[in-house]
Amino acid sequence: MKIHLTSVFVDDQDKAEHFYTEILGFVKKHDVPLGEEARWLTVIAPDEPDGTELLLEPAGHPAVKPYRDALVKDGIPLAQFAVADVEAEYERLRALGVRFTQEPLAMGPVTTAVFDDTCGNLIQLATRPR
Amino acid sequence: MADDLFKALADPTRRTILDELTEKSGQTLFEICSRLSMKHRLGISRQAVSQHLALLEAAGLVETRREGRYKFHDLNTAPLRRITERWPTPAPSEPEKSTP
Repeated sequence: MKIHLTSVFVDDQDKAEHFYTEILGFVKKHDVPLGEEARWLTVIAPDEPDGTELLLEPAGHPAVKPYRDALVKDGIPLAQFAVADVEAEYERLRALGVRFTQEPLAMGPVTTAVFDDTCGNLIQLATRPR
Repeated sequence: MADDLFKALADPTRRTILDELTEKSGQTLFEICSRLSMKHRLGISRQAVSQHLALLEAAGLVETRREGRYKFHDLNTAPLRRITERWPTPAPSEPEKSTP
């Protein structure tokens, strides 16, 4: 079994497409219209064309807002992305106006940071432990 | 009020939380939990950390602020001054008299 696809709920798919590709640097893989302005919109890492897809799923369901608001209030990230250098990525994203709720923090073998994806979620950056 | 202060300081986990907030003020609950588990190997639940924070807040040692959708915890060591006012300590410049 493999993790082929995972998802985050996003307030606005157009805004999410911009943030996840232009700011974070992912590449759009699938963009299929599903009616009612919803799209099957997935992104992948540019250097892993067959890697795990991230589905940017509309956050319309009434259960989503209270769930995400409670997590954001306590600073809890919904997803984790791996980067080679958390400090460098923190500087790059901050220069692009991204709001971090946790600055880079070295904890043993892992360094993490947490930012707001502007689509309703907090996302954690982490180095892969070696 | 003084009882709240001593009660808050009496617990080692709460003192660790204060240490971590000394290193950096303005942390989310998630960051505090991460620091306790990853740096201090304290396997305590988020609910327990929340309760510790509530006691620290009651003693005035931790203050919370909402910033948009986020909630941050700040350190306030001002209440500790009441301890030195109650039992004044000698000024640091004053040399201690050696007993004969």
